[in-house]
This record gives sequence, structure tokens and C-alpha cells, in this order.
Amino acid sequence: MKPLQGLAFLLLMQSAGEALSHFLKLPVPGPVVGMVALLLALRWAPVQQAVAPAAGFLLNHLSLLFVPVGVGMMTHLDLLGAYGLRLLLVIVLSTWIGMAVTALVLRWLQRPGKTEGGAGGEQLR
Amino acid sequence: MANNFVELWVYLSSAPLFGLTATLAVYVMAQALSVRYGHAPWANPVMVSVVVLAGLLLATGTAYPTYFAGAQFIHFLLGPAVVALGWPLWQRRAALRARWGRLVVASLAGGTAAAASAVGLGWALGLPGDVLLSLAPKSVTAPVAMGVAAQIGGVPALAAVFAALTGMVGALSARWLFGLLRLPTDPEGMALRGFALGTASHGIGAAHALQVHADAGAYAGLALGLQVVLAAVLMPLAFRWL
Repeated sequence: MKPLQGLAFLLLMQSAGEALSHFLKLPVPGPVVGMVALLLALRWAPVQQAVAPAAGFLLNHLSLLFVPVGVGMMTHLDLLGAYGLRLLLVIVLSTWIGMAVTALVLRWLQRPGKTEGGAGGEQLR
Repeated sequence: MANNFVELWVYLSSAPLFGLTATLAVYVMAQALSVRYGHAPWANPVMVSVVVLAGLLLATGTAYPTYFAGAQFIHFLLGPAVVALGWPLWQRRAALRARWGRLVVASLAGGTAAAASAVGLGWALGLPGDVLLSLAPKSVTAPVAMGVAAQIGGVPALAAVFAALTGMVGALSARWLFGLLRLPTDPEGMALRGFALGTASHGIGAAHALQVHADAGAYAGLALGLQVVLAAVLMPLAFRWL
């Protein structure tokens, strides 16, 4: 019963998110607003107990959920054929640049010896 | 005999049952292959499933909308799954609260670098303008990338394709790239790796991270959410000024 209750609650949060996003004209899509709503609701123990199994199941199989969108690539084979190699080069390189910049910036920000607010003193020196 | 088979095939392939069954069956096999080879990057279950299913549809002359009539039931679950990403964040709320500012800065830097390098490289290689604008939101999860592309003058369908490709490239090459950068593999290092993968490769990257390590998965989910918020708010503004 718990997983079913959890799924119902996740859908409820998504619906709330969709409604908020629509009526307040937020640039953020409904499910992301729903994620924030879930974070607020999780402080109640019954919500935690219901959501844990449902969320675990969905996130364990998150890869599966992207397959239908991925197969949709076949409808643009003509474009991928026309610009194929250049597009692939752009996508591969920019993805690596994005990953590397994120990782290096975050590692630099939390390097050992640096405490929050300590950086200012170092710069002054 | 052969005729009966064709009739049966025509009937089955027009019913939603086909798309749903094929997606699940192929994915279960792709998952088994991935486990068999220790989550090797080349055996990424999303990529293997997409290649096999697209090949199957092309070989049998089945149109994508026919397939999607069944596959939409799986696609629909993306919504509650994005909501569910709040759960691993809740479990790590103390750690997240302590490093909130750094994560936002890293997310902004990585997202900007990914979008700027995609548009810049594409421009240098002579890709047309609407393709460039569809490349810009490629590090944001597909449904949001489509919305952002429409706002800045790109083509939504192209944006979805580029986002899906970006996700797969990230999931395939993350281990190699992070090894090259000498990022550690302790829980702290896995959080760092997951966050970077989620920032550049959104949901498909997060799905990969979740399968490799729980901390990597949680931080990838957070990175995905941050990218959605930052890109949806800042990207239309940035392209208005350009």
C-alpha cells in the first residue's frame, strides 16, 4: 500500500507544481516546482514513509523513462545526417567543457583549508 | 501463413501495447547487459535501448507516433520522477545547507560554460542560426530545453534531440573524463562527480549517476534542478541582450 500512497502523493505534488507554475506564470516547469513542494512536505513523517518506496522505485529506473524521448531522435535523422559530424563534435566537446568546469570550480571552492568567509582574508594578504 | 503474420503484425504494431511492451522488454535486456559488464560506459542502458528500438522501428517501417502511443505511459512517469528527486535531497539536507552557495556558483559556471561553448563552437563550424539557438539549452532536461529553445528562437524538436544526445555523451564519458581530471572516488568525490554530471548532462546523466553511487545520484539530481531554474530564468534574458 505504501508505494501506491507515495506515487499518489508524488502526483499530487506535481499537480500542485503544475498549477502554481501555470497561474503564477513561473518560468520553471511544474515538476520542478513539485520537487520543491515535496521538500517542504517531507518534514512530516507519514509523508516520508509513503514517499520513500515510491521515490526509490522511480529513481532506480530513471534511465528507462528517457528511452521514449531518445527514440524520438530517429525522426530527425535527416538533420543529423546533414550536419552529423559537426553537431556531434559540438555536443561532445561542450558537454566535456560543462562537466570539467563544474567539477573544477566546485573542487576549487571546497578545497582543503578554505573555510566559508576565509577567502577574503587570503585575497587581502 | 505469411499473410496472416503480416496481418497480426499490423494489428499488434498499431496498438499501444506494442510501444509499451517493446520499450520495457528492450530496456530490461539492455539493463541486464549493463549489469553483466559492470556498468561499462558503452553498455549504457539508455543508449543501447534507443539504438535497438530505433533500429526495430526503422526495420519494420513503424512510425514514431505509433510507437509513442504505447511508450507515452513510460514517458509520463518522468514528471513524478522529477518530483521524486526531492527525496535524496531531503536525506542529505544538512550537508546541502552547509554548501549551498558553492553549489549554486559551480552550477552557474558549468551551465554557462556548456551553453557558451556549444554556441561558440557551432558558430565557428558554420552551423545555421536556428541550430545554434537550439544548442544553447542542451544541458537542461529535454522538456525544459524545448521551452527555452522556443523562447530564444530555436527549434524545440531539435533542442530535445540535442539534450538527449548531450545526456548520453555525458553518461558515456563521465568516468573517463573525471579520471583524467583526477577527481577522487570517495563519497565526497562521488558527490562532486555526480554534481558535475548532472549539471552538464541533466536527467540521463543523473540516471547514470544513481546507478553508480547513491551520493553521486543525489547531487546529480540537485544539479539537474539547479540547471532547470537557472536556465529557465537566465537564458531568455541572456539571449535578449545578445
